[in-house]
This record gives sequence, structure tokens and C-alpha cells, in this order.
Amino acid sequence: MNDAPLLEVAALQKRFPIGGGGLLARRAPGLLHAVEDVSFTLRAGETLGLVGESGCGKSTLARLLARLLDPSGGSIRLRGEEIGGVAAQRFGASPRRADIQMVFQDAEGSINLRHSAFEAIARPLRRLRGLAGPALHGKVTATATLCGLPAELLPRFPHQLSGGQKARVGIARAVATEPALLVLDEPTSALDVSVQVVILDLLKSLQARTGAAYIFVSHDLNVVRLLCDRVLVMYLGRVVEEGPAGDLFTAPAHPYTRALVGAVSVPGRPRAAERVRLAGEPRSPIDPDPNACRFHGRCPIGQDRCARTVPPVHALPGGRRVACHFPLTDGALAAA
Amino acid sequence: MNDVAAATLFPAAARAAPRVPVLDVADLSVEFRTRSGTVRALDGVSLQVHRGECLGVVGESGSGKSVTAYAVMRLLDPAARITGGRITFGGMDMLGAGDADLADLRGRELSMIFQSPRASLNPIRPVGTQIADVLLRHGGVTRAQAPARAAALLAEVGIPDPERRARAYPFELSGGMCQRVGIALALACRPALLIADEPTTGLDVTTQAVIMDLVLGLAKARGMATVLITHDLGLATEYCDSIAVMHAGHVVETAPTAALFATPRHPYTARLIGATPRPGLALGDLASIPGSLPDLRRDDLPACRFLDRCERVRPDCAAAPLPRRTEAARMVACRYPL
Amino acid sequence: MSAASLAHARHVLSGNPVTALAFGLFALLVGTAIIGPELVPFDPIAAAGPALQPPSARHPFGTDAIGRDVFSRVIAAARLDLGMAFAAVAIVFACGTLAGAAAGLFGGWTDRIVGRLADTIMAFPLFVLAMGIVAALGNTVTNIVIATAVVNFPLYVRIARTEASTRRGAGYVEAARLSGYGEAHILFREILPNLLPIMMVQVSLTLGYAILNCAGLSFIGLGVRPPAPEWGIMVAEGASAIISGEWWIALFPGLALMTAVFTFNLLGDGLRDIVDPRRRT
Repeated sequence: MNDAPLLEVAALQKRFPIGGGGLLARRAPGLLHAVEDVSFTLRAGETLGLVGESGCGKSTLARLLARLLDPSGGSIRLRGEEIGGVAAQRFGASPRRADIQMVFQDAEGSINLRHSAFEAIARPLRRLRGLAGPALHGKVTATATLCGLPAELLPRFPHQLSGGQKARVGIARAVATEPALLVLDEPTSALDVSVQVVILDLLKSLQARTGAAYIFVSHDLNVVRLLCDRVLVMYLGRVVEEGPAGDLFTAPAHPYTRALVGAVSVPGRPRAAERVRLAGEPRSPIDPDPNACRFHGRCPIGQDRCARTVPPVHALPGGRRVACHFPLTDGALAAA
Repeated sequence: MNDVAAATLFPAAARAAPRVPVLDVADLSVEFRTRSGTVRALDGVSLQVHRGECLGVVGESGSGKSVTAYAVMRLLDPAARITGGRITFGGMDMLGAGDADLADLRGRELSMIFQSPRASLNPIRPVGTQIADVLLRHGGVTRAQAPARAAALLAEVGIPDPERRARAYPFELSGGMCQRVGIALALACRPALLIADEPTTGLDVTTQAVIMDLVLGLAKARGMATVLITHDLGLATEYCDSIAVMHAGHVVETAPTAALFATPRHPYTARLIGATPRPGLALGDLASIPGSLPDLRRDDLPACRFLDRCERVRPDCAAAPLPRRTEAARMVACRYPL
Repeated sequence: MSAASLAHARHVLSGNPVTALAFGLFALLVGTAIIGPELVPFDPIAAAGPALQPPSARHPFGTDAIGRDVFSRVIAAARLDLGMAFAAVAIVFACGTLAGAAAGLFGGWTDRIVGRLADTIMAFPLFVLAMGIVAALGNTVTNIVIATAVVNFPLYVRIARTEASTRRGAGYVEAARLSGYGEAHILFREILPNLLPIMMVQVSLTLGYAILNCAGLSFIGLGVRPPAPEWGIMVAEGASAIISGEWWIALFPGLALMTAVFTFNLLGDGLRDIVDPRRRT
């Protein structure tokens, strides 16, 4: 079995011009640094979690990886082949399009209301695999069955399906072409907790069956813990910590991760007496200071050095990395 | 509206012995008339909240928790009909009260925080003006005093630079800030009861913690009763003194928080806890709840609306009436509780 | 339309007799336009009796200054008026929706060009612009249709553009890109079909305005030439006769115009009730 990584991302960057610009601009547009210097590798069958607050860039990163957006810099290599260079608009015609698919948070919004469940699942097959007629019908039915959708639901339209059924349609559509990489953007956050279990089970069993790699974006740390092998914690576009899911949450090394873990409430467990509280709001992602740690100002352990130099990335035992001047390593070392 | 004025107008609430509830919902039933039939949204819902206490109302979508909140506030949709029960607030019968009395009560004694912070703020007016509106409506401040009082309220909810922020419009503020403004609006007149309908949905986990600490901190300091409506069991654990679990328009179990999680009595409660991700549990340890909500438009709804999904069901579970067993501070609506 | 949509349509119609009336009148108008001219008792452009006769059993709407039967002319005019209005609206619907949707979906230069074009048209008082176009191109039916279409272009562009740009980032559009479909497909197969219901409502509302526009141009002499029967011309001819007491020459074509515009407006409201998902309970 080939041990080369499926996905290699290096120094990935995405900046959006904001304001100014245009024909008669007086000022150059500001740049919103949505994703900055993100690097990681992913192997087949692995699940990588992306966590962080709103505005941290995880959704943008997900769309960069799914090639719905073009990176401003850096590289994305799928099985060694560079795919970041092809413009997103032309990527649809690339043979690699079928290898990367996405499951959306809002299953209802991701299905055209005028399309039946059958039609929604059939479209990628028709276009990317060139199937038609009985072959198409067979594949759609098989995929639907695999995702727990009974055949009699296929002619139905989104408004005739329950939340869980719509989620299954979204997943069936994404896995129909048997992609090697599946990007999941909060796939269960709109679902009731009882339905969530079933959908997560489905995703796990599909992964075991197909060997696909998953990138799982979520704000719910409890769910991330269930499904992810490794986790990237993002803050204002940068990765602040990376490591195996279990270790990262039991012994976080970055102060932001620590605050995040401390803020999560657990059913049945009363509030911890002392909890790290993050004051204020994240800084603006527009034209950030290139020489400062982006977490400085909200960080409970911030010092002068944090405002003057970008934190280096420390490698910790157990495959962990932390971008901080003062990583909280005692617990991390003990956990490894 | 200061506490002295409130006490004069609401002597019952202010001086209530701790065991007389601020809010007493007894056997409330609500129906909605729709094109496709009558939806029996609530059936025999009973809850109590005491002074200084936080009651959590938890349930999945369709359980009727928001309907209950709106019924208490008497803000139900015109298609809704209250078909039975009593709602007593501070000794006053809410169902018999006239519109003028209710309008007077809302905002002053009884207040609500909504799920979407931006949806509950008027987008074309500065936030300080909106708070001043509430203050002026319910008396206690003059037009000259209102802006200063509004800024003071913004400071109380932790908004930095409150005088400047009071002139800001909602679109200039982040989601967390907007929710703080919503809280300031709700608490402006020091109400006796606050209903918070999923106040942290859509907020980040870190902001969520700060907002909830703020609300409950203010509540405890003023002896305000709170009802927290949420689908998040973790949130309910951390902030609620007692929890009412709802399913398909019924309250299936009520218990003090610790007891509910330690020994759930209703099968639905146990399964809901069993389906919620927690540290230390793997995916295989979680179990979903089979089936789905019954169609509430049916005429032949059984007494227990959970029986199609319950593995402990027995033939007489369908027989009316649904038994509600109460002991100590706990209630469970099940013929064969765990 | 799915069964649910038809059921909803029936529900709206049964609960709202005014809308049902509008549909009925619409059917009547279209029927009149199609077969009316074949069924009229007299030739609309030839004299049929003594001039300036008030309404009678033989001439229900009276006769005009040349002796033509006003009733026959009113019925015959339906074909021309409705035909011009439908043609103009069909053209502007096709062009405006497509241009607006493309502007909304693609943004950038497409948006700028379409936007400036719409702005330029809107800078003129619309009827004056229509007059200018007809005056410049010549008094023919074709030119009236073109002028009416041009004048309504910004409205369609604006609505289509707003709806398209709202849907631009929708999940199903991203899903279509993930399925390998290109921008052209997304425009024609994902965006436009979802726009159709909203544009349909606009179409029926604009029909009323289009008829008034055509009739108005003819009224001031810039449109259809006599002796073609057309409501606007007939009102113009009858306007001067009112002073001398012959009220029927202008009144009946005026009533016909009013009925047509009224019908289209009601129809638009009714269609909106059927189509707008927010109204569904």
C-alpha cells in the first residue's frame, strides 16, 4: 500500500481585497488575510479536523481545498500533482474534480429546490463520470442505499424530506463519484443530536469502506473528538496548533486551544471552577501586523515579545506542532 | 424601573417566599390551525420557575420548547389557540389579561432574549436609541436621562466604550456584541423573569461562555428567574438549576440538573443523553433514537407520544391519561419509568 | 408544477375570489384577442352605418365619426393591443432576465456594463424615451414594441440581478461547481429556473404598463396609424368628440384599456400569492 500522503498543503495563503480599488481608486484596497501560511499533510483514510471561531478561516480553507476558491499563494498537491494552479472556474473540467468533493452544513440549501433527490445525486455522476440511462440509475440507487436512503425517497423534493434525509442526500451526492478526499463543512451542526449520531456513523462507515480522507470542519469540539484523528486549530487565518485529537484536547499547548477546550460544556459535568475566559473580540483580519502574534491582546499569557515577533512553530513529541512563544508544554509532554 | 417601583407594582414577585413560583405554567395546551390540519403543539405542559432560579427547557427541534416560551410571553402566532391550562406570573393570570396589561408587563417584568441577535434588533436605529425606547416606554426615566442610562446598561453587559457604541447601528457590531445588546434590552427594566430562547446559537463557543456567564451572573445578582431554552445539554448542565425535558409537545421529565444526568427516569431523557457526544466516549458508544417525532396533526395521538420510539413500550402505554409521577423535586411522565 | 404547487394554487384561488376573477378576465381577454376579430358583426375599418350614432341595439357601443361600429373596433383592437403588449413583454423578459441574471452571477465587467446600460435608460422619463425611440425609428408596430421593451429593460434587469446575486453563493451553486458544471450551465440550469416564478409575477404586472405605453404612444399620434383599430387611437379620436356630446366613442375603448390593465395587475398579485413561498402557511 502506497504510503505517500494523499494531500500535501504547503504555505497556503488566501487574501481578499477589501474596499478601495475600482476604476478611480485613491487608495490601494486593504487585504483581508483569510488564510495565511497553512501547511499540513493528509493520508488516505485519515480524518483531519479543522476547528476555530468564526472568522478563523476554516471555511475559506475548506473551499480552497475543495478548489472552489483559488489560493493567493502556496501549493496544494493531490497524490503529488499540483492542483492549486488551475483556476477554480476551469477546475470543473479537470479529471481531478471527481476526486475532491464536499458536504455542506446546510443540506437543504445545497440542493436545488427544483431537483429531486435522484437528480441531485445523479448530477455529478452524469457530468464527471459520464454515466447515463440504466448505468446512471443503478449507480444512483446503489449510492443512495449505501447512505441509508431508501429508493422510494429518491423521487422526492427537498421540502418533502426530513433534516436527516436531506443530510443523507448531500452525503450521497458527495460520495457518488467515490472521491479520494471529502471536505465536510459542519455537516451535522444543523441536525438534532439523535440524527447527528446516525450521520456520523454513516460517515465513519463510508470512510472505512472507501478509504477516503476526510477534512472535517466543525465548531463543536465534542463532535470533532469523535471522528478526527488529527486536528488543526486555527485563529485569524493561521494554524496555532496541530496534533492528535485526543492529546490536543486533553492537554492543549496553545493558550487559545486551552481557552477553547475550557469553554466547551459537557452534559452532566458541572462548570469547572476556574475557567480561562477570553476577553474581547478577535482582531481585524484586514492588513494585520506582520510582526505580531495574531492572538496577542486576547491571550491570557501574552507578553511584549508577542507583539514584536511572529511566534515560531515548535514541534512537540507525538506529532504535535504549536505556534506560540510560550507554549504550555508541561501537560503536552506528559500526554505524549 | 428600579426595584422599589417593581416591588410596589409586583409585590408578590418581590417578596415571594422562595417556594412560590414566579412563573407557574399548569397543564398548558396549544394548537395551531394550519392548511394541512390542526397541529397539537403542546399538550398538558407544566413548569415552574422560582425566584433566583434557572430552569432549562431542553428538547430537539419540534419538541415545543419555543412554543412554550412564546405562549408564556403571549406572543403566539395568530393561528395559535390556547386550548387549556393556566399561566400564572407573579400571581397574575396571564391568559385572562388584556392586551394593554400584557404590553405593560412585557419588557418591564417579563422579558425575552431571542435566538438570532440581529433579528431582534431594528437595523435602522442605533442600539442606544433602542434601549432608551424600552426605558421610556416603561417609565422611570425622562427623555434627558435615557441616553445616559442606556449607555450605563451597555457597560453592564460588558460592551467596551459604551457611549460611542450606543450610537452604533447593529450591522456595525459583531454577533456577540449584538447579543449583548439584546441582553441589555431585555434586562433594562430589571424584569422578574427572563426567557432566553437559544441565546447562544450561532455564537462561537468562547463567546457563548462569556454571554451565558453574563446573563446568569446578572440573574443571580438580582434574584431574577430565568428560563433557558436550548437543545444543548451541555449548556443546560452548566447553567441551569433544574431541567425540563420536552418531547413532541409534552414535558416528559423535570428534575434538578445533577439528578437528571445521574439518574434519568424517562426513556427519552436517557436516550437523549446517550446520543450526545461527550469526552471519553467513542462514536460506537453513542446511540441514536429510533423513529421520528409523531405527526402532531393526527387525531389519534396516543397518550404517550414517545411510544413508537421507546424500547420499553407496553400495550397500556397508549391509554389515556398520561401519568405524571411526582416525587421530591422530580416529575416523570411515564407509566414505566426507568 | 408539482402536485403540491397545484394544490396551493387551488387553495389561493378558492380563498381569493378576486384573483379567480382576474384569471377569468385574463382568459376572456386572450380569447377576445384570438377569435374576436373573426366574430365581430361589422368590419372594423369600414363604415357600417350613420356616423355619430349613440349606443343602440344594432350598435351596442354606437358609431364613430366615420360611421364605423365602435363595438367591432373595440373587440378587434384587442388583438393589436394585447399582441403588442405581449410581444414587448416577451422580448424584455427574455433579454432583461438573461442580462440581469448574468450580471448578478458573474459580477465584474458584465455587471458594470449591464448596470450602466440600465442606468442610462432609467435616466430618462420612460414615456418620453419611448416617444423618442418611436419618433426616431418610425411609426410602426415593430418600433412601438421595441420602444416598450427598451423602456422596461431596467426593471427586469434589476430584479433578475438581485435574485441572481443572492443565489450566487448558494449551496446548490457550489454543489454544481463541485459536480464539474461550468458557469454557463449554472446560469441557465440552476439560476434562471429558480428566477422564473418571480419574473413571471413581474411579467403580468408589466403587461398592464406595456398596454398603457402602446396605447399612450398611439394616443399622441406616435404609434399605430389609423385606420387600424387600436384602443389608444380610438380614445384620441373620441376625445375631441366628448365636448360635442358623443361620449361613447372614447368611453368604450377607455373601459377596455382599464379592464385590461386591471386584469393584469390583479393577475400579478394572484400569481405572487401562488408563487411566493413566504406566503405559504
